[in-house]
Amino acid sequence: MATREVISTGNELAAIAAVDAGCEFFGGYPLTPSSEVMHVISDLLPKKGGVAIQMEDEIAGVCCVIGASMSGKRALTATSGPGMSLKAENLGLAQMAEVPLVCVNVMRGGPSTGLPTRVSQGDILQSKNPSHGDYKSITLCAGNLAECYTEVVRAFNIADRFMQPVIVLLDETLGHMHGKADLPTLEEVQAGIKLRKTFDGPPEEYHPYECGPTDPAVLNPMFEGYRYHFTGLHHDKNGFPTEEIETCRKLIQRLEDKVEAHKDEIESYEEFMLDDAEILIVAYGSVSLAAKEAIRHLRDEGIKAGLFRPITIWPSPAEKIKEYTDKIDKVLVVELNIGQFHSEVQRAAARLDIEGLFKVNGRAISPYEIVNKVKEL
Amino acid sequence: MAFNYDEYLRTEKMPTLWCWGCGDGVILKSFIRAFDKLGWNKDDTCVVSGIGCSGRFSSYLDFNTVHTTHGRTIAYATGIKLANPDKHVVCVAGDGDALAIGGNHTIHGCRRNIDITLIVIQNFIYGLTNSQTSPTTPRGMWTVTQKAGNIDPTFDGCKLAEAAGASFVGREKVTEPRKLEKLLVQAMEHKGFSYVEALSNCHINLGRKNKMANAMENLDWIDSITVSKKKYDTLSPEEQMNKLPTGILKQDKEADEYCDMYKEIQEVHQGKRGKITQDDFEKKI
Repeated sequence: MATREVISTGNELAAIAAVDAGCEFFGGYPLTPSSEVMHVISDLLPKKGGVAIQMEDEIAGVCCVIGASMSGKRALTATSGPGMSLKAENLGLAQMAEVPLVCVNVMRGGPSTGLPTRVSQGDILQSKNPSHGDYKSITLCAGNLAECYTEVVRAFNIADRFMQPVIVLLDETLGHMHGKADLPTLEEVQAGIKLRKTFDGPPEEYHPYECGPTDPAVLNPMFEGYRYHFTGLHHDKNGFPTEEIETCRKLIQRLEDKVEAHKDEIESYEEFMLDDAEILIVAYGSVSLAAKEAIRHLRDEGIKAGLFRPITIWPSPAEKIKEYTDKIDKVLVVELNIGQFHSEVQRAAARLDIEGLFKVNGRAISPYEIVNKVKEL
Repeated sequence: MAFNYDEYLRTEKMPTLWCWGCGDGVILKSFIRAFDKLGWNKDDTCVVSGIGCSGRFSSYLDFNTVHTTHGRTIAYATGIKLANPDKHVVCVAGDGDALAIGGNHTIHGCRRNIDITLIVIQNFIYGLTNSQTSPTTPRGMWTVTQKAGNIDPTFDGCKLAEAAGASFVGREKVTEPRKLEKLLVQAMEHKGFSYVEALSNCHINLGRKNKMANAMENLDWIDSITVSKKKYDTLSPEEQMNKLPTGILKQDKEADEYCDMYKEIQEVHQGKRGKITQDDFEKKI
């Protein structure tokens, strides 16, 4: 696989990735520590004939992105925790009306204004259910600089495949990290673009929401002769509001099942030194970089630790986690929150004896903290 | 020959959910006639609505239609328009939608002067949700959240729009459907953000507890508080205080339209022109 070497930051790479993946529209609002995504894409998109707009608030940022996507454009927004909270209702509309978009969340300390310039992984559970109601969220999490690029590219393809928002989690450390990244070539990225399906039969035979029980809606872009209706209400096969019992049940069940039935297409993880591991560390995002460093130290001392790193956070790679937690007794989840993914590991493992190393003071976890914790196990 | 509305309606969605005697139907029909007069293509047009009785406006029209979340019509429409500057985008919102929960988007849609027509169906109350106070509910009226009488000061959406930078502002009422139709034609033809307030009745959820329980009484009250802009300008400040002017209240055909301006941004980045500077603008601050 041909690669190209780039020296950049996580936030800049996320913006470049979006444009390389065919994004034509960005809407957002300044929010530390994600703002550089908007700074960079505001130059890149107009150069290519696209649009990047700073809206009046976070809500408008995601709404205009949904609007652009309804008209068929690949569209991106970027924010951090407080912005995610504000965007939540309209991310719900995008789930309900099945409008694809990518939302980059560069995590900072929360709750509330929290620690704006410092790192956290406190939005793991928020990204599972940002909005009220039932639907199946898709959340990817970059674990190094290169993935700030590749996961954004992947997110666009997944969003179009499943016709819903895809959240890409970065964290402040990754977003502001400056360094070398090996990226796939632009040709490879472009060759991998899979746009949303469209219907090309006669308009009278077009029913955007009439699809199989595990299929996403087929939404043709606006202005192309297929006039239908978008709504956040429960809706029928043509998008019109309905309260018909079976239609309502089937719609919500389908929003869940379209992801659940095809989660193997989304699932992604990294296994690091796990072949002979006697201690399993679960970590993701920038924390996984410290975990890898810790594992190298531990192995130098003869302690066989290994890392399981979920890249797709939601739906979680639960079967794979179980496979490892069935095999390995000592399991440690390391994260910059008070056990948000730890509880998912407990659930997947069906074990309560999962250890945790948590930190919520806005500082990164150092490899030595992990080394010391592992030695206590 | 009678005008044929069916060409523009999703007739299978009839009857509407609006109450008997509701003015929203008059606005819907006035909009359709205006649209027909403009000769625009349904496929090239998107109608975006929010939440409330007005929110259902979009679902009855056989266009590209979007029923958004409460208050966010203009934000969605801004994305649709910027991504498709050669298409027509019309927003329909209620007074609660446009002036309370969505007030920020109204202000900034006007400020950008993006080429969107916003029709605010102003009935002075939250109708769909049963009589809660709106930012336009007259003081002293009964609402379900202020049964002792509304103390909240009201505000004038047209003045807001004008001050915020909308280049077209107008007001009409459902008792004058032909004038409303004409105003809508002018608003939609206008390039830039056009704000049209359409005064409508809600005899059910405003009128019932405020001594205008049938549609005619509510409509008569609307007539009693409105006066043409021409006449309004001749009134003393005391006489103007409890009147709302109708007709075109502002039209600035020279104002920069946002999609056009964004093309300049694209040209800068594409090396087709130099950077935009203060010298490019007559009004800078």
